Amino acid sequence: MAIPASTPMIEVEELTKRYGDTQALAGVDFSVEAGTILGLLGPNGAGKTTAVRILTTLALPDSGHAFVAGMDVVKSPGEVRRNIGVAAQDATLDPLLTGRQNLVLVGELSDMGRSASRNRARELLGQFELTDAADRVLKGYSGGMRRRLDLAASLMTRPPVLFLDEPTTGLDPTSRQRVWDAIRDLIADGVTVLLTTQYLDEADALASRIVVVDHGRVIAEGTPLELKEASRGAHLEITLATENPVAVAALSPLVGGKVQVSPDGRRLSAGVDITTGLATSVVRALDQAGVIVDNIEVRQPSLDDVFFSLTGGHIADGGESDDLEDAVSEVQSSEATRNPDNRQFEGINA
Amino acid sequence: MTTTTLTQFPVESDRTKSSNPVLGRLSDVWAMTRRNLVHISREPMQLSDVTIQPVLFTVLFIYIFGGGIPIPGGGSYTDFVLAGLLSLNLVTSTMGTAVGLSTDLHEGMIDRFRALPMWRAAVLVGRSFADLMTACLCALIVALTGLAVGWRPDASFASVIAGFAVVLFFAYSLSWIVACVGLNSKSPESATSFGFIVLFPLAFVSNAMVPSQHMPGWLQALVNWNPVSAVTAAARDLWGNPNPSSTVQAWPMQHPVEASLLWSVVILAIAAPVASRFFRRRTTE
Repeated sequence: MAIPASTPMIEVEELTKRYGDTQALAGVDFSVEAGTILGLLGPNGAGKTTAVRILTTLALPDSGHAFVAGMDVVKSPGEVRRNIGVAAQDATLDPLLTGRQNLVLVGELSDMGRSASRNRARELLGQFELTDAADRVLKGYSGGMRRRLDLAASLMTRPPVLFLDEPTTGLDPTSRQRVWDAIRDLIADGVTVLLTTQYLDEADALASRIVVVDHGRVIAEGTPLELKEASRGAHLEITLATENPVAVAALSPLVGGKVQVSPDGRRLSAGVDITTGLATSVVRALDQAGVIVDNIEVRQPSLDDVFFSLTGGHIADGGESDDLEDAVSEVQSSEATRNPDNRQFEGINA
Repeated sequence: MTTTTLTQFPVESDRTKSSNPVLGRLSDVWAMTRRNLVHISREPMQLSDVTIQPVLFTVLFIYIFGGGIPIPGGGSYTDFVLAGLLSLNLVTSTMGTAVGLSTDLHEGMIDRFRALPMWRAAVLVGRSFADLMTACLCALIVALTGLAVGWRPDASFASVIAGFAVVLFFAYSLSWIVACVGLNSKSPESATSFGFIVLFPLAFVSNAMVPSQHMPGWLQALVNWNPVSAVTAAARDLWGNPNPSSTVQAWPMQHPVEASLLWSVVILAIAAPVASRFFRRRTTE
């Protein structure tokens, strides 16, 4: 099966999928070149998992086409399954088996044969630093160990195409770093990867291209650099020792938009462009006006900010002055959804 | 496999394509069966319905009810009831199939199976094979407990084994009906309640525990055509134990072995395809 290097390994055309009342995908197009990693970025409910479920033959699209390694996922699901590895965001390993038994089971069910499965399992357990835990039952694994084992399971057959659905959601920073390292090794080895994530920094660190999805549509596509260029704006937040009407006047020349003041008059916020020495200038200006500052924070563009600049509609409707309130409440709600404890899986439960 | 180098595009992945699709399916089934057996070894208390329950039922029925139940045509209650205890235990233990399948469907693992190039029905068949193995263990425990309390078969060894086989085959077929229930239940817990509502009456409204001769007429008709009665009578015949049903003028009671096999084959022929259709429906989105 010789595929020229320019052929996309994953190709999605006008994909739609509805679960009950939820339009999970509303016509999505993207493709992933062989040997590259694509980051599918979006908040919960954006349609990322639905896209992965269709591409990995777990769900059927309502309309549109999807091809993996040149094969139609609807017409030849068996062939697609022979060429993919999947690490889903749910725990998809057997909690009552040991780490090693899980890997061997996956190998055997993939027609690898018993001894080949055992050898490959040993190799992967070593590679993912799970050798010591290999013969322990999965129930006793930490979250990070489970994710590493999930990743190992998806690599059992050395598949040319790999799907990683939010591989680091809910992990502590150390575990996250180790998963990242493992993914980087894969890229170096020429595997084609589709990675979904809610984290801009993750897409930034790993992906060569990013597709941003929201409400089942692609709202932006580009390299990480291109996307960050599009969202240079930051948020400035200042807490005063006491209410002081002079503060707004002192701040206004330094920020682009209007300054928002909280009801108690102590908290000020505004949208700003990141410039060198911004915080210094702000503190100096306020000090000269006789305003005492308790706290100052310049928030760098986050994924949420990328969404604001990309989805335009969310912000532009009500004019500049009302934006920040909307923005803040949206930031809060989207931060709440990041909390793994009350996080909802898109699509599956819909 | 010496290094950790991953596939160099466009090399095909590592799978050795199974030359024989039947062998491939068998190996999938065997892998799934082993997985289910490992589950049992991890949580042996789950096995209590095939290990402790048979001992408990045997002791209860023989020592508490036994003395008060006369056997038409003579013979000891212990010799009479053992086939009934085997049926009762095997029929009620099929509940495990519903619970197991329901659990499988509710765990994320099913998604991994579905994305593997395996024979999808191996999830079902592997489950049924593992349950058949625990049923064999159950039969062994019933037999040993019976021998300990004085049950004595009066037939050739082959005939005694055939008696066990008839009941086990029926329990295996029945487990496919139970599988249909498990595949349609909302949770493993609701699958359990099916056992109490359907399986216990099925086992008790039969000649398994008491001779049917003393029952009211309408109930006798029900009992005589209950497959559990045919299966139990077949085991009694094959073991050379007292079988009061042999005097009952109903076809299944006159030909218990034939009736048992017929019931089992018909149930299996209907329930297995229906179960795989339910399974396909449950795993399509």
